[in-house]
Amino acid sequence: MSLLSASAIKLIGQLNHGDVTSSELTEASLNAIAAQDANIRAFLSTNAEAALAQAKAIDEKRKTGQPVGKLAGLPIAIKDNMCTLGVKTTCASRILENFVPPYDAGVVEKLKAADAVLIGKTNLDEFAMGSSTENSAFQVTRNPWNLEHTVGGSSGGSAAAVAARMVPWSLGSDTGGSIRQPAGFCGVIGMKPTYGRVSRYGLIAYASSLDQIGPFATDVASAALLLEVISGHDGRDSTSVDRPVPEYSQTVEQPMNGLRVGIAREHFGEGLDHEVAAAIKQSLDVYRSLGAEIVELSLPHSKYAIATYYLIAASEASSNLARFDGVHYGHRAAKFDNLIDMYSASRGEGFGPEVKRRIMLGTYALSAGYYDAYYLKALKVRRLIRRDFDAAFERCDVLASPIASTPAFRLGELVNDPLAMYLSDIYTISANLAGIPGLSLPCGLSSTGLPIGLQLLAAPFEEEKLFRAARMFERATEWHTKRP
Amino acid sequence: MAEPLTKETVTKVAHLARLKLSETELDLFTTQLGQVLGYVELLNELDTTAVEPMAHVADIANVFRDDEVRPSLSRAAALSNAPKSDGKFFVVPQILEEG
Repeated sequence: MSLLSASAIKLIGQLNHGDVTSSELTEASLNAIAAQDANIRAFLSTNAEAALAQAKAIDEKRKTGQPVGKLAGLPIAIKDNMCTLGVKTTCASRILENFVPPYDAGVVEKLKAADAVLIGKTNLDEFAMGSSTENSAFQVTRNPWNLEHTVGGSSGGSAAAVAARMVPWSLGSDTGGSIRQPAGFCGVIGMKPTYGRVSRYGLIAYASSLDQIGPFATDVASAALLLEVISGHDGRDSTSVDRPVPEYSQTVEQPMNGLRVGIAREHFGEGLDHEVAAAIKQSLDVYRSLGAEIVELSLPHSKYAIATYYLIAASEASSNLARFDGVHYGHRAAKFDNLIDMYSASRGEGFGPEVKRRIMLGTYALSAGYYDAYYLKALKVRRLIRRDFDAAFERCDVLASPIASTPAFRLGELVNDPLAMYLSDIYTISANLAGIPGLSLPCGLSSTGLPIGLQLLAAPFEEEKLFRAARMFERATEWHTKRP
Repeated sequence: MAEPLTKETVTKVAHLARLKLSETELDLFTTQLGQVLGYVELLNELDTTAVEPMAHVADIANVFRDDEVRPSLSRAAALSNAPKSDGKFFVVPQILEEG
């Protein structure tokens, strides 16, 4: 386990210097999973044989002086909603329980091209719908800091795997906070890029106008490097943006002179846990001590974000998930009367309760007579939310806020109250509606020993600023060194 | 928009969504979806008559590509996850009466 205590970027340095081999790291990762994952349950599947073979091949390349990729030899875990050629991809759903993709997602191709070692697939809320990873059809992932608490979600497996140092880094997807919130709950770095920065090709769609893939890591520089590798235009995703990818890992160590950190007064209202509020205030003091200016501003439409999000996300989900019909792939019911009944029975059996709820909500919001009142209304409010951010980023470089109003809640605490669970996404959801990048980094521990996360947001395609500002904080604090 | 959600409406929506739900699920969803719809009424506080809807944040429209023949999945790969296939086609229940 000690081998994996260093950050990903440091491990790559050790690999390049010949201090450690990929085979050793891969074995260490598999051993850590064997030792810890019976309790944490972050992984839905691992691929030991293939990973060890891949590691061996990369070690051989290094030994013989052949060129290797940027991530060469380092194990990585991938959320199980990204397609992996020949490796089961379930979305933590019964309906895809036996689905073996015939192709790799764009990000998986990039990881392979960079010589990363694919260790396994991680647990999530079914189809990424949830905020606690309790909605998985297969298992509940537990928080490495306290097994009675949730890891957050929906990328809970990827967050927990990194927090417990079973892998040095991982990929998640973020539709309403699904990378940033579990990163906050698990005390690691989690980053959601600008919409369009990373290809969604092969990411099993939940809400297409909001979904984005991003990295988890134990330090900011590693997250920057991983994002740099997975970013870039992909003709197979028509919303992928064709603009150059900066080398984030090359600029992350440069502090920003005259940094302006915005805070929105709407983010510090009622319902915010006092320990979280105190940790965020202290974080602002850290930025002040680094010479940053704190700018108070307003995001007047914040309070409408959750309602807007759940209408849009559910509407898109109801359309996206129509493809699961028991014909081309996935579960087909054994008994049915006719074609329509086959669709309905297969879907009724294959989807879990939260997925059904969102399909129902979306179908309702898009149905005749309700479209204007719900879906169209939400699209209009979405523009107002985006305008709030456009105005805010004229006055600041990054916006600081909590990730969630409390540290990780207890298992079972919210899972039977869908609306309460939705409301827990208050701080993260706007970034997806506005399409802006966001990052979560550790900024405190509660009195009960649970991590507290600081969220930083930036204007579209300002990932570089986000990483640099986060690195300034990380360099000045010890929170990222705390371990479960 | 403000009338309460009925079980009949939920049943109709479930049919539109092609979801076979149990009576228990229909009851539960009637309550839960009713709560969510009650909550989203919040948006009616806002006058949005002059606001353009925003379906997408990316400033992209009409992405074209050349119409070229390119390699694609083999038939075997495309059928590899089919619940039922005859090796050439996806097999579904009969949908037309025999004439």
